[in-house]
Amino acid sequence: MILEFFRSLPSPIAQGMIWGIMAIGVYITFRVLDLADLTVDGTLSTGGAVLVVLTIDGMNIYLALFIAFIAGCLAGLVTGILHTKFGIPAILSGILTQLALYSINLRIMSGRANTPISYRNYNLIVSSNTNLLLKTILITAAFIIAIIAILYWFFGTELGHSVRATGSNEAMARANGINTSSRKILGLVISNGIVALSGGLLAQFSGTADVNMGRGAIVIGLAAVIIGEVVFGKIFKNFALKLFSSVIGGVIYYIVIAIVLKLGLTANDLKLLSALVVAIFLGIPYWKNNLIGKMKKDDKTSTEKEVTVNARN
Amino acid sequence: MLEIKNVYKTFNPGTINEKKALNGIDLSLENGDFVTVIGGNGAGKSTLLNMITGVYPVDKGSIIIDGKDVTRLPEHKRAKYLGRVFQDPMTGTAADMEIAENLAIAARRGKNRTLKIGVTRKEKENFKELLKRLDLGLEERLTSKVGLLSGGQRQALTLLMATLQNPKLLLLDEHTAALDPSTAAKVLNLTEELVLDGKITTIMITHNMKDAIRLGNRLIMMNDGKIIYDIKGEEKKSLKVSDLLELFSKASNGEFANDRMLLS
Repeated sequence: MILEFFRSLPSPIAQGMIWGIMAIGVYITFRVLDLADLTVDGTLSTGGAVLVVLTIDGMNIYLALFIAFIAGCLAGLVTGILHTKFGIPAILSGILTQLALYSINLRIMSGRANTPISYRNYNLIVSSNTNLLLKTILITAAFIIAIIAILYWFFGTELGHSVRATGSNEAMARANGINTSSRKILGLVISNGIVALSGGLLAQFSGTADVNMGRGAIVIGLAAVIIGEVVFGKIFKNFALKLFSSVIGGVIYYIVIAIVLKLGLTANDLKLLSALVVAIFLGIPYWKNNLIGKMKKDDKTSTEKEVTVNARN
Repeated sequence: MLEIKNVYKTFNPGTINEKKALNGIDLSLENGDFVTVIGGNGAGKSTLLNMITGVYPVDKGSIIIDGKDVTRLPEHKRAKYLGRVFQDPMTGTAADMEIAENLAIAARRGKNRTLKIGVTRKEKENFKELLKRLDLGLEERLTSKVGLLSGGQRQALTLLMATLQNPKLLLLDEHTAALDPSTAAKVLNLTEELVLDGKITTIMITHNMKDAIRLGNRLIMMNDGKIIYDIKGEEKKSLKVSDLLELFSKASNGEFANDRMLLS
C-alpha cells in the first residue's frame, strides 16, 4: 500500500507545482501588495478556457499560453480599476470581476461549461497521463524557474520597489511620489496574468477547461502560500526563495490531499478541508500574538520596561 | 518659496460633525525660513500640512510652492517638492523593505521609476556615508529590514530620506512627539543639523514650546484654523515660554495652556 502510494506521488507533485504557479500569483497580491484578490477564482478558469479554445482552433500551444496570460492581465486590470478608480474595496472589486468572468468564460467557450482537450489529439505540453508525468514535471519546473527569475528581477527594479513600497506602507509611498493607485493596478495585472497562465497549464493537465475549475482557487493559493511560510519561513528570507516556498507549499498541499483521499475522504470533502487548513494557519499568528501580548502584560514589573517597549515601537 | 493664499477647509460640512479646520490661512515663506508652529489640539496645524502635501483637497484658496501652483495636483505629484516626517515613526518608512531600498525610493522622489536596478552599488556607498552621520550604526545594516529598527532609528532614517534630495520644503509634523526624551533630543539635533546644512525651508509643528522658541527663525501660533501670531527675527529670539502662554491665553480664553504644553 505504501509502495503504491509512492508510485502515485508524481501526479500530486505535478498538480501541486501547477497550483504552485498560481500560488506565486496569490503571493504577489496577498503578501507584496497586502490585498486579498478574489479575481483569481475567475481568472484561473479564463486562462484554461482561452488556452483550450485557441489550441483547438489550431494555435501554437505556447502562443495560446501567452494569450491566456494576457487575458488574465486584463482581468487584473479590471479589478485594479474598480478598486482604485471606482473606490470599491479590493475584496469586493475582486468578487465583481470574478462574477463577470463567469459569463465571459462561458462566452469564450461558446456557451459550454466544459471543453475537453486530449493530449492524444493536440500537442499539449503538460498532462496527467502517467507516461507524460515526468515531462509535465520538468516543463512545469522550467516555467516556475522562469517566472521566479523574472519576478525576482522585477521586484528589484525601481518600478518593482515602488510596488513593494505601496504594499508595505501607502503613506510612505505617496510621500515619496509614488502613484499608489497605478502600482496596485500593476500588481493585480501581474498576479492575475500568472494565475491565468497556471489555469492554462491546469486545463491541459486535467484534459479539460471548466467554467468552475477556479472555484475556491484563492483558498488553495492561500493554503500554498501559508504552508510554504510555515515550513520555510524561518530559513527562506530571500524574495526568490519565498516565492519558491509558495510552490513547495502547493506541492505539500496536494500530497496531503492525496493522503487524505487514500484515508477514505472523498473529493467532495476537499473544499471543506482546504477552508479549514487556511483558517487554522491564518489564525496561528494571531493567536501567537495574543498569547505573547498576555505574557508581556504579566511580567511588566517596572515602568522602565514599558519605556523601552514604547521606544522600540 | 511657499505661498498659501486664503485657504479654507471644512471637514464633514453640513453635518453635526462639521469642523472648520482652516479658516482663511495666509502664509508666505522666504527661501531658507525655518518656521515652528504651535497651537492647541484641533487648531489646524496638521490640516495645514496636509493641505500643503495634498492629502486632502482645499475648499478654497491656493497653494504655490516655488512659483508653481500645486493646489490641484495629487499628493504623489507634489511629493517631488516636499520632504515629510510624520508623528508616527512607522509612517515614514516601509517596514518590509531594506534600509538601502527605503533610501533609494526617497532618492527617486519625483523621478520616473523605470526598470533599472532599484539600488545601484554607487548609491549604497553613498548611503553608507550618509548613515554614518546619524551615528546609530545603521551604515553596517544597509540590508536590514526597516521593521527591525527602533522608533527613534526609523524617525532618523525618515529624516534622512526626507532631506535626501534637498526638498523645496521640509514638513515635520510633531516628529519627535512619539519618541522617548533622549531619543527625541537626538532626532531634534539631527533635524537642526540637516536643515541648517541644506538651508532647507522648513515648517515644524511641535507641542514643545521651548523647542518652538529655540529652533528656527520664525514662530507661528495657530488657533481655530487661523494664524493668530507670527513672530520673526529679533523678536522671536527674545521670546520666553511665559510670553507664549500669555499670548495664547489672551487669544483663546486660557484653553490653550493644557497640561501637555506646560509639561513639555
